[in-house]
Parts: sequence; structure tokens; C-alpha cells
Amino acid sequence: MSFPLLTATAALPAVGAIATAAVPAARRNAAKALALLVSLATLALAIVVLVRFDPGGDRYQLTESHAWIKEFGVRYELGVDGIGVALIALTALLIPFIVLAGWHDADPLETGSRRWRPTQGFFALILAVEAMVILSFEATDVFLFYVFFEAMLIPMYFLIGGFGDRAHEHGEAAASTQRSYAAVKFLLYNLVGGLIMLAAVIGLYVVAGNFSLQEIVQARANGSLHMATSTERWLFLGFFFAFAVKAPLWPLHTWLPNAMGEATTPVAVLITAVVDKVGTFAMLRYCLQLFPEASKWATPAILVLALISIIYGALLAVGQRDIKRLVAYASISHFGFIILGIFAMTSQGQSGATLYMVNHGISTAALMLVAGFLISRRGSRLIADYGGVQKVAPVLAGTFLIGGLATLSLPGLAPFVSEFLVLVGTFARYPVIGIIATFGIVLAALYTLVLYQRTMTGPVKAEVEAMPDLRARELLVVAPLIVLLIFLGVYPKPVTDIVNPAVKQTLSDVQKKDPQPEVEAAK
Amino acid sequence: MENLIALLIAAPLLGAAVLLVGGRRLDAVGHWIGTVLAAASFAVGVVLFTDLLGRSAQDRTLTQHLYSWIPVEGFQADVAFRLDQLSMTFVLLITGVGSLIHLYSIGYMEHDERRRRFFGYLNLFLAAMLLLVLADNYLLLYVGWEGVGLASYLLIGFWQHKPSAATAAKKAFLVNRVGDMGLSIAIMLMFTTFGTFAFGPVLGSQEHPGLAGDATGGKLTAIALMLLLAACGKSAQVPLQSWLGDAMEGPTPVSALIHAATMVTAGVYLIVRSAAIFNGSPDAQLVVTVVGAVTLLFGAIVGCAKDDIKKALAGSTMSQIGYMVLAAGLGPIGYVFAIMHLVTHGFFKAGLFLGAGSVMHGMNDEVDMRKYGGLRKYMPVTFATFSLGYLAIIGFPGLSGFFSKDKIIEAAFAKGGTEGWILGGAALLGAAVTAFYMTRVMLMTFFGEKRWQPDEHGHEPHPHESPRSMTIPMIVLAFGSVFAGGLFSIGDRFLNWLEPVTGHAEGDSPLSPMAVTLITTALLVVGVALAYAQYGRRPVPVVAPRGSLLTRAARRDLYQDDFNHVVLVRGGEHLTRSLVYVDHTLVDGVVNGTAASVGGLSGRLRRLQNGFARSYAVSMFGGAALLVAATLLMRAV
Repeated sequence: MSFPLLTATAALPAVGAIATAAVPAARRNAAKALALLVSLATLALAIVVLVRFDPGGDRYQLTESHAWIKEFGVRYELGVDGIGVALIALTALLIPFIVLAGWHDADPLETGSRRWRPTQGFFALILAVEAMVILSFEATDVFLFYVFFEAMLIPMYFLIGGFGDRAHEHGEAAASTQRSYAAVKFLLYNLVGGLIMLAAVIGLYVVAGNFSLQEIVQARANGSLHMATSTERWLFLGFFFAFAVKAPLWPLHTWLPNAMGEATTPVAVLITAVVDKVGTFAMLRYCLQLFPEASKWATPAILVLALISIIYGALLAVGQRDIKRLVAYASISHFGFIILGIFAMTSQGQSGATLYMVNHGISTAALMLVAGFLISRRGSRLIADYGGVQKVAPVLAGTFLIGGLATLSLPGLAPFVSEFLVLVGTFARYPVIGIIATFGIVLAALYTLVLYQRTMTGPVKAEVEAMPDLRARELLVVAPLIVLLIFLGVYPKPVTDIVNPAVKQTLSDVQKKDPQPEVEAAK
Repeated sequence: MENLIALLIAAPLLGAAVLLVGGRRLDAVGHWIGTVLAAASFAVGVVLFTDLLGRSAQDRTLTQHLYSWIPVEGFQADVAFRLDQLSMTFVLLITGVGSLIHLYSIGYMEHDERRRRFFGYLNLFLAAMLLLVLADNYLLLYVGWEGVGLASYLLIGFWQHKPSAATAAKKAFLVNRVGDMGLSIAIMLMFTTFGTFAFGPVLGSQEHPGLAGDATGGKLTAIALMLLLAACGKSAQVPLQSWLGDAMEGPTPVSALIHAATMVTAGVYLIVRSAAIFNGSPDAQLVVTVVGAVTLLFGAIVGCAKDDIKKALAGSTMSQIGYMVLAAGLGPIGYVFAIMHLVTHGFFKAGLFLGAGSVMHGMNDEVDMRKYGGLRKYMPVTFATFSLGYLAIIGFPGLSGFFSKDKIIEAAFAKGGTEGWILGGAALLGAAVTAFYMTRVMLMTFFGEKRWQPDEHGHEPHPHESPRSMTIPMIVLAFGSVFAGGLFSIGDRFLNWLEPVTGHAEGDSPLSPMAVTLITTALLVVGVALAYAQYGRRPVPVVAPRGSLLTRAARRDLYQDDFNHVVLVRGGEHLTRSLVYVDHTLVDGVVNGTAASVGGLSGRLRRLQNGFARSYAVSMFGGAALLVAATLLMRAV
């Protein structure tokens, strides 16, 4: 038996989480170093997965399969396609930056405060989330996927509810209340989604008799498994609802601004850049492959919701006074683009959507982490409390601007490629929706540049006068992300090459062909 | 030889990277690094130009394919360059004028502590602008298109501590984004219509028409109008012109390079490059000519009323680009002349802006012409070069503007019919107004008595001639202003050079060229005389008089900004504010409420807040139990 590479990639952070939690309370720095080391080792394993994966090979590779609960046909089945590989790489890539950015976020407060901040726990929970996210990208057994999809809520709940920004304009008590509200809201929304999905998972088992993704897809394709139209639609809705909460799609989005606003910035990045991607990934893998007919049936409604997300999220971002909530609403707008690309059912749309997941992860991490560095200096999340920062901290302002330009999809940076692919892929089938979505690019420029103008330009505010520029650790977090944004903007081919075959297969599962150009190129 | 094309872009791009990442260590030499790399790019351009000249007219298209950029099923975008007569013309203009302005900036920005960064941005601009004109497909062109927008944003807002500069920069980017939407949609339309957006297959060549020739008129019109929207944004044409005046917040070399000579003319490049598309859609061409004609008058009227020397020149730029857009809309009759005027305008308008910068340099950065006066004695070189630029722009016989603008007016009449008369009439009227406002600028700045005022720190101005590094570029550009037009026109050199790319047709003008020249010259005299009567014979008041209704409107850019403010800014603020409220109360409330009523979740919420872990365990357990029960049930059945 060959080495279980996929299991190892997920087991490493899981074991690392336990080990980090077990470091004695006094050895805080050792725990941090251990967490960083584990996340880097996981990244190394993810790179091995990336290298071992052959884009031209089988659909699912590096597969592992063991019986688990024989009575119900639940198997421990892992495997990755190109989309999964890309997202595992993204996850493993971002976690070290998240750990490094949150280096001091869980330090004990100064003496006099009675709040206990379990440093070890903070980093252990981050690694635990990483393990579960990676497993949900790897699972090819529907029940197994469900287990990890749900289980990651527990560490996330603790991360949101237990660790907030160190300073809060309304005092510690108010912060604590808002934080637990945000954490509970996050949990409830996702739990409800998960329970509905559980019902659908059971329903699927009732119909199909097993949980194996590949077997069910194959049985559906060769006609041996027939699903009544209404059954398929109900099951589809059950799955989709859970993913739409997680992604999140309008109008199920309101938990995100709360969660991202109250959590520490590295955790906010963990939510939007990593955890939420499981939702869009699962739409692409489970909704489309298991329920192709229902997916097509629901497409018009989903496209409209995605379009609303794009425009509505952007408009709300414009109206925010809180930096972190602004980025959260921007993310809602971006998730709208991803979902639009998935359900446009074109090669460009779906390749673009997958690329978008990767690029959004990197660009939001860059913008949000710099925003976090800014917030930690002044102790306020309110945009109005800043002004003229570029004069005192030019490097911070410069990196913030680049993160912002990536968020508004400036050509030359990675998000442009994916956003344009999504737009063109949507336009090819639904021109009107494509054109309306294009308005999103104007609004993105508006909220980003207004944010930059209000915080960074103008006369230097008294409170920011003594603000130090980025420190070495912070620069170490931001610089590689910026390099990646430029590299993938100029040369996205390494990612598209991995993703394209998987998209092609997904499209053939739903039996959709790309629209052909009106004037044949073969003139 | 084609392998040199990438080098044109690489040199300034390298400069930008080194200067922006290099940090303070490079402060002492940064400006020289930037200038040398700009000049290096120009040198490569000259080498390529001589190579092209050595080839036959039909063989002057070089392409360089670097790599496959975005390969996705059914979609192909490459990083590939095309150098032909059209892009070559732009390369020489961009790198030539660009190098001169780099040189000028060494002196102009001498006392700015962020000079290194300024040169980094200038180099970034050059790289993006060269990418724009060298790209071999529309998507890569888009990268350059927004790249110059970014450079423009950074440079308009270079003095970011001034809120007005930061606001102007943001406004320029946003208005341009509206135009960029047009470019996006045009590319998407090309993709769905032709399956590609590469120049070769879509546009074809003179001998082998491309796919654009096979598309239906409706599709071509849609694509053309979207390209026009993009051009309106970048080239400050009505209705997307409002950003250009504010853009004068940037340092003056920026206004000269980006907002006069090169970037703002990118819209004209886009239209002329897409000739094959516009030729297939007379409707779209009509819209182009109307936009051009309206803007040339709009800009000229605004230019008459501004007291800020840079804003007066900005109005003029808008107006002159209006001429170019008008010419481009005329189709093969006008393409060549649009580009010819673009090049001559590049010389004289850059020269005029550098002159204005030189005046400001000597006048404590004062921009109000009402506080100038009598400067010709104190700044002789600036006066001489500015005067030559002035004569060129008003179309004084024999100078550059005379040749290029006359050709456009002729071409407008040659369009024929009522359209021809209207467009030609607008162009003629514009020529008269141009003479008026430029004479006004001349008189208020260099003639009359001194109206100098101390600045806000109480420093009296001591006007003096600028250093050599600033006057040399002005002198070189003045040469261009004087001779370029004649050089291009004698023997139809420019026409013969560009025709293989753009095509050319002679129109059927109701007026002979001689008649057009005579009428234009007569109107020029009228414009000059009117300005002289008002600003030369009478003293200029230091405080602007109230003025007529038209003057007041023109001072406020014909109220377009006020309209934008009320409708877009205020309206937008109300919309976002109400949406924030709706999101907080309605959406959140309804979703929470639904959940509560459906699942009795409010009770669970309370319990969760108390001991969520237990509840969670219970619900997980409940779910699992459900699963087991259902499975057993299935087995039993």
C-alpha cells in the first residue's frame, strides 16, 4: 500500500493541534513556534500533493479507501481532483500567514485584566480548522464530507467567540457581548444549514443506497440509479442551502459581517479566505455532480441571488464605517461572483470561479491582514478614526493599497483574471446578467478607494502621528502574498492547467456545452 | 528584431520596480535611474523605427509572442505584442515626450522629498502606456488601459496630504472605471461573437479582412459603442469628461505627459485601432463624431472661463481630443488625421503645460492667471517656447496645428451632406474659440501689468527663468510644435506611413481645401481680436468679475459636476445608507425570524448562549440518531 499522502496532509495539522494545545501554559512561545512549524510542514505536504497530481490523469487521484461504518456503507474515502488540489494548496498556503499574523493576538492581556487568553488554544484551534477544511476538500464519501463540514464549526465557534480584537471602542464588556453574539449567530446559521443538509444526506442514502460520490455519479450517468424529479430537487435544495449559508449567499449572509467584525483579523481571514471556500467548492462538487438536473432547474434563481449578492454586497461595503465589516461585505460581493461563475455552467465561468476562490483567498488575506496591522496600532476599527497614515507609515499604506487594488480586480493582479473569466463565462450564456454584474467592478473601485482615501490620505490625524510602519514580522506576512498576487496575475497558467480538466468533467456531468461564437473562427 | 519589442516595456517596468521597492537608499540617484530607463526605451524605439523604415510598407508589422497568459477551454489570451506603423507612432511619442518630461521633472521635483517615488510612478506609467499600444489583443490592452489609469491615480494624488488631490485621484479612477466597463463588455461581446479578441483574427488587415467583416451590423454597433464608452472615459470626452479638470491637482509634469500628450489620447488610439469594427457600423461612427464635436465645443467653452492656467489648458486638451475623436469617427477619411493631430498636439500641449509649470515654478506655485501678468520679461525662454506652442495650437499658418487641425476640418466637411456641414461648422467654431481662449491665456500670463500677490506664507513672488533641465525639454517640444506638422504634411509623409494600417479615403468636400484654410484663418483672427479687445486693451481685474450666465456656467464646467454630485453622489449616499439600515433590520430580522418560527430556534439560541456545547452535542446526537433510524427503516422495508 502506498503512502496515504492525503490523510497525512490532514493528519499533520490535526496532530499538531493536539500537540500545540498540550504545550504547558508557561511555554507560550514554544506553542507558537510549534504551530508555525506544523503549518509550514503541512504546506510542504500540500506542495507534494500538488506535484504528484497529474492534471491529465484520472479524475480523482491519490485515492484512499477504507471501510468505516459497514452497516451504513460509510467509507473513509479520499481523493482529489484539480479543484480540490488548488483549494488544498490555498488552505495550506494561507495558514502559516494567519498564524504569523496572529502571533500576538492571543497573548495574555496586561496584568490587571482578569480575562484568560489561552494562547495555546488559539493556535491549536487554527490548526484544527485547517485539518478539517483539508479533509472536506479531500473526502469523496458524502457522509465523511458532512462530518468534517459540520465539525469545523466547533473550533470556529471558539475562535470567534473566545478571541477578539485587543481594543474596542465600547469597552471590554460590550466587546465580549458582541463577540458571543457573533459566535452564536455564526454557529446557528451554519448549524441550521448543516441540519438541513443532514436530512438531504440521509435522503440521498435512502435513494442511492450508499454514500460514495463516485459510485452515485456513475450510477446516475449510466442510468442504473434513477431519481424522481421532485426527489432530486429536494435533495439538491437541502445540500445547496447549507453551502449557501457557508459561502454565504444573499440573503443568508448577515452572519459574516458580525463574525468577521468581531473576530481577530487572522480569524476573519480564516473565515472568509478558507472556511467559506468549502461552501462554494461543495456547490461545484456535490450540487452539480449529484444533482445535475436539479442544478439546471435552480440555475435562474441562483443566478439572480448571486447577482444580488454582487451588487448588494458592494453597495453595503460602500456604506460601512467599520474597516473589517467593509471587507466582509466586499467578500459577500465576491462570493456572488464565484457562485455566478459556477452556475453560469460554462468552462470560462467555472474555471474562473475556481481561480476566483484561490485569488480571493490571497487578496482578502493581504487586504485584511494589513487592515489588522493598522487596527492593532490605533485600537479602532472605525474608518473615521484614521487619516493621513501614508505620511507616517508609507509601507503600510502601500501594501494596503495593493491589497485594495487586488480587491477591485486591477488588471495585472490575480483577481482580475478570475473576475474577467467569470464575467465572460456568464455573459456567454446570460448577457444581461453578465452586464449587470459588470457594474460590480465600478462599485468595487468605489468602496476600495474611498476606504484608502479616508484612512491613508489627507492631513495626518493627531492619533496616528506616532504610528510605526510595518515591522519585520508583518512585512514577512504581506510581502509573499503581494508577490503571489502579481505572479498569478501575470502567469495564472499553473493554476488554470490544474483546474481545467476537472471543470471539463463537471460540465460533462451536468451535460452542458459552451455556447459557440456566432461567427466561426474557422473561416 | 521583433524580440526587441518587449524591451520597450521592460525598461521602464524595471525602473518602476527598482524605484518603488528600492527604498530610501535610492533617493539620491532615483531620478536618474528613471530618466535613463525612459531614454533607453526611446532608444530601442528609434532602433525599431529605423528597422521598420527599411522594410516595404506592407511588411511593417512585427509581432512577438511571449507566452500563453490565460488558457481556459475555449478561451485564449496571450501575452503578445504587435508593432506596426500605428503603434510605432505612439511608441515614439510616448517614449520621446516621456523622456523629455522625465528630464524636466528632475528640476521641477527637486525639492520634493518623495521625488524617487514620483519617478517610479512615471516609469510605471510609461510601461503601462507602452503595453496599451503594443498589446496584440484587447484583453492585454485592457491591462495597459487600467495600468495607465492606476499610474494616473497615483500621480494625480501624488500630494496625498492635500484632500483635494486625493479626491481628484479617486474621481479620475472611478469615472474611468465606468469607461472600463465599456471595454470589458466590448471584449465579452467580441468573445461571444468571434470566439476571440485578438487583433489579428478580429481586425484582419487591409488585404485580408478579419472576422469583424462577417458580423451583423447590430453586433458591430454594440461593440463599437462599448469601445466608445471606454474611449470617453480615458480621453475625457462628454459625458465622462468631468475628471480631467480635477486631475490638474497632480504635479505639472504629470499633467503634461499623462493628461495632455499621451494617456488621454488612448481613446483615440482605441478607436483608430478598431477601425475594422467602426467601419462596419455607420451608426456608431455617427455617435463618435457627435461625441467629438460636442466635446470640442464643451472643452473650448470651459477653457475660456477658467482662471487657473492648468484648468484652462485642460479644457483645451479636452477640446483638442474632441477634434481627434471627431476625425476618428469620420472613418477612413479621418483616421490618419486624427493620429497626426494627436502627435502634433502631443508636442505643443506638452510644451504648453511645461511652460505653465515653469511659470508656476517661478511664481510660488500660483496657478491663478489673474495673479500673473507681464511675465515675458522675467522668463524669456518660457515665454518664447510657450508662444510657439500657442501659435501652433491656434493653427497659425505654417505651424504644426495649422496642418493637422485644418485637415480635420476639411475631413469633417468631406463627410458630406447635412452631417458634414454641422460637423465642419462645429470644428470651425471650435477653431475660433481656441484662438480666443489661448490668446486669453497668453495675454493674462505674459502681457499686461504685474498683478502678483504674495502667497499664503507672505512670500512675494520673484519670477525667474527655470533651470536648464526644465528649459531644454521646453525648447525641444517647441521645435516639434513648429515643424512637426509641416514635416508630416509635405509629400503626405504621415499619410503614406499610416495608410497601410488605417486605410484612407478621400471624401467629397463641398468646400475646397483653400476655402477651408481661408475661413479657418479668418476665424482665427476674429478669435484673437476678441481676446485682445477684452484682455489686451483693458487691465485684467485681480478678482474675477461676476460674468455672464455662460461664463459662470463655464467656470463650473457647465454644471456637469453639480449634476453628478446631486444625482450620483447624494443619491448614492442615500441608497447605501438605506441599504445598511435594511440589511441590519429587515434582512437580518427576516432570516432570523423565519429560522426562529420554523425551528423554534429562539429557544435554542438562549440555550446555546448558556451552554452551547451541550446543545451542540445534543443536536449532533439527534442528527446521528435520525440517520441511524432512517437507515434501519430502509433495511426493514
